[in-house]
Amino acid sequence: MAWFRKERKPRTSSRERLEIPPDAWDKCEECAHVDLREKFERALQVCPQCGFHRRISARRYADILTDPGSFVEVFGNLRSVDPLGFEGYAERVARAYREVGPQEAVLTGHGTLTGVPLHLAAMEFAFMGGSMASVVGEKIARLAERSLQHKAPLVIVSASGGARMQEGVLSLMQMAKTSVVLAALRDAGLPFISILTNPTTGGVSASYALQGDVILAEPGAVVGFAGPRVIKQTIGQDLPEGFQTAEFLLEHGMVDAVVPRSHLADATATLLRMILRLPSAEVAD
Amino acid sequence: MAAAPYLDFEKPIAELQRQIDHLRELATDRQLDVEREIAPLERKLGELRHEIFGNLTPMQRVQVARHPRRPYTLDYLEACFTEFVELRGDRLYRDDPAIIGGWARLRGRPVMVIGQQKGRDTKENLKRNFGMPHPEGYRKALRLMRMAERFGAPSITLIDTPGAYPGLGAEERGQAEAIARNLLEMAAIRTILIAAVIGEGGSGGALALGLADRVLMLENAVYSVISPEGCAAILWKDASQKERAAEALKLTAQDLLRLQVIDEIVPEPPGGAHADPQQAARALGDALDHAIGSLEKLPPEKLKRQRAEKFRRMGKVAEA
Ligand SMILES: [Zn+2]
Repeated sequence: MAWFRKERKPRTSSRERLEIPPDAWDKCEECAHVDLREKFERALQVCPQCGFHRRISARRYADILTDPGSFVEVFGNLRSVDPLGFEGYAERVARAYREVGPQEAVLTGHGTLTGVPLHLAAMEFAFMGGSMASVVGEKIARLAERSLQHKAPLVIVSASGGARMQEGVLSLMQMAKTSVVLAALRDAGLPFISILTNPTTGGVSASYALQGDVILAEPGAVVGFAGPRVIKQTIGQDLPEGFQTAEFLLEHGMVDAVVPRSHLADATATLLRMILRLPSAEVAD
Repeated sequence: MAAAPYLDFEKPIAELQRQIDHLRELATDRQLDVEREIAPLERKLGELRHEIFGNLTPMQRVQVARHPRRPYTLDYLEACFTEFVELRGDRLYRDDPAIIGGWARLRGRPVMVIGQQKGRDTKENLKRNFGMPHPEGYRKALRLMRMAERFGAPSITLIDTPGAYPGLGAEERGQAEAIARNLLEMAAIRTILIAAVIGEGGSGGALALGLADRVLMLENAVYSVISPEGCAAILWKDASQKERAAEALKLTAQDLLRLQVIDEIVPEPPGGAHADPQQAARALGDALDHAIGSLEKLPPEKLKRQRAEKFRRMGKVAEA
């Protein structure tokens, strides 16, 4: 399948390197490969050398997974409150709003992909570790309900450390809340594609992230319920190499495919068009 | 019960109880009538229980919920159900002894009962994995709920777990998927689901049995997104701040009723469920029976819709 094509290795001559200003270079945090910032950027922040997938923003996923100019944000007006009066939370969340943006830990909207209307949620890890509390649960639930109304497929890109402690059991209940709405989506015969990115753990993995009709994962993404640190503490030994990575989950039958970022849109569009019994994108063009 | 463990704040109760027991023994040995002497002590004991258990801090409730003498699922199966027939295995990998389940009768009515089971001693705890399920446990639970649905019977889940098990096998076999699936499937079940938190409601491992039409909670049970110790360790890098975390997390039955996460509190006898397991079991049996009775007349579609609407409302947001 075309999604698994290897990216061509870029060549950079040493002469070229000398003539370029130092701030134009970028270094891979995984393999220390140095390349033009521009090359990382064109590869959607994937290392041109080793394929390491850097974390990108929710906004960026919306760009990648919808046709240019088609994405319209919805439910961007929902804000966190401090339902438990949890010490320090109001300040913490206010700071996250200031520093990261108003979408909270998930951006929700609708758009088209190869012309197919879809509803898209992309989690924002930079907002308190993509933690799920009332706002995330509410936005996902409303988006799924809107999908239902519009009979449009749903795509969710997850990136989350799990449920947010500061809203206590209300955060836990967002797992149930999103599940009841996704169950209705399933009843209505609408497809839901779940895309797992690094990391997808805790309450998000144990709810909508692993409830997709089709589950795709980015290479190297850590996916699991318990975090690696907690497991290590419990079993008192180091984790096996590659434990809880997307590739590990693929091998253990928990995801359908590991798809590089550059092919996510293709894969999603191809699947949706078949599930929805639409002609393939090439034919439609 | 010999050498029964007591919590620190229970010491005055234990001390008085010991005095009363001692007096009784003495009286039996010497064939004396000491009831006149004992009566005021018994009264005092009742007052002491009320005083101490009426003013528990959230962390003390956590301790009561984890009390080594607290009745567990099997104790309730013994005390408020009859004819329990255990059904084992997930039909996929193995049987998880951390979750038990099977057919039983509640006041004569056939029901499916499913619950996490902790062990009383080290040996039993190794077998039960301290009540921490593996994915097989959730999958067995779902299999049994599905069976009950097929035969038109209510399912009752008894929740008592520190949480999902953070181990290699549990992750390898997809515990996130197992919990996620239970939530999705429980949302779709067309027969009555009643959940009761009887001890510890630990995070995802608890919720995996918790998406029910009615969620009951014993008076001293707790239900939380994370343990107070875990929360303190992450937020304040200091597990000893657990009192502070227990306070902040709002994990008591009283808090959760206020937050509309649970539907009803089942009263415990003075001194907690372990002080009088029979009375605790009677109260739980009454509450379960009543909850089923109140839902019995609903058509399946309406039952399912009401369940979904209840969870759909949970949480609190503002519109800017
Ligand atoms: Zn690299």
